[in-house]
Amino acid sequence: MLIDTIFFYVFALLTLGGGLLTITRRNAVHSALSLIVSLLGVAGLYLMQQAEFLFAVQIVLYVGGIMVLFLFVIMLVNLDLSAKERQFNGQWMVALVAVAAVGAEISWFLYRGQGAFQLADTAGAPSAAAFAVTTTGNTEILADVLFQEYLLPFEIASILLLVAVVGAVVMAKKRI
Amino acid sequence: MLTAVPISWFLTLSAVLFALGVAGFVFRRNIITVFMSIELMLNAVNLSFVTFSYHQKQVNGHLYAFFVMVVAAAEAAVGLAIILTIFKNRSTLNIDDVDSMKN
Repeated sequence: MLIDTIFFYVFALLTLGGGLLTITRRNAVHSALSLIVSLLGVAGLYLMQQAEFLFAVQIVLYVGGIMVLFLFVIMLVNLDLSAKERQFNGQWMVALVAVAAVGAEISWFLYRGQGAFQLADTAGAPSAAAFAVTTTGNTEILADVLFQEYLLPFEIASILLLVAVVGAVVMAKKRI
Repeated sequence: MLTAVPISWFLTLSAVLFALGVAGFVFRRNIITVFMSIELMLNAVNLSFVTFSYHQKQVNGHLYAFFVMVVAAAEAAVGLAIILTIFKNRSTLNIDDVDSMKN
């Protein structure tokens, strides 16, 4: 379908343009706003791939939560001085070569592995995690799998969040 | 049911996004921008997870992406607290100036 391709190009443009602006802008606030554009592009790509729950989580958690946290911190610290000085490392040539090598390596593997992505039809071995009939929503399937197969990782994630909360409080408080 | 866009396009986009994140991580001298580059890389990986999940018709990849988001949230909270502490103690956010472990 042509419309899918157009949507893909629009979201890819948002993602890559936002990412490029994020790493090149001098002003940190501009960087953060560009990163928000990039994250919205990724959210659109999620929606294209029927990941509605992740689409919502991406917007609520990333754009609404993490990026607002970033903007708060940018407001709290004084960046006027650092915006005036040199933005890039002294060894940027070495870094450029390293990044080009990473990009070339991944592209080469993707190019060589073209046939490897003809993934087998999994209909023969249905698992609990398989997409059920399309009348069931993505969120419902996800919840079933999350609270049955992935219950232990879910609990561990909650402990991780608790550790992060305690760590942030310890870091921010002067005297405990 | 599947979109007409081939899987390799999504994966290539994810790879380019990851390379952008690596570039920002290595190039920039401002800690906050370096931190944002990490978020870019995490998003690139999440995009790969969702793409593979969609083509395998399984939701396991969605859950991995979800857990990556949880870790990213925890990392943002602690990391931004560290950034604030560094700024309070040294009044600079230049990573080249924060090198006391070097000597």
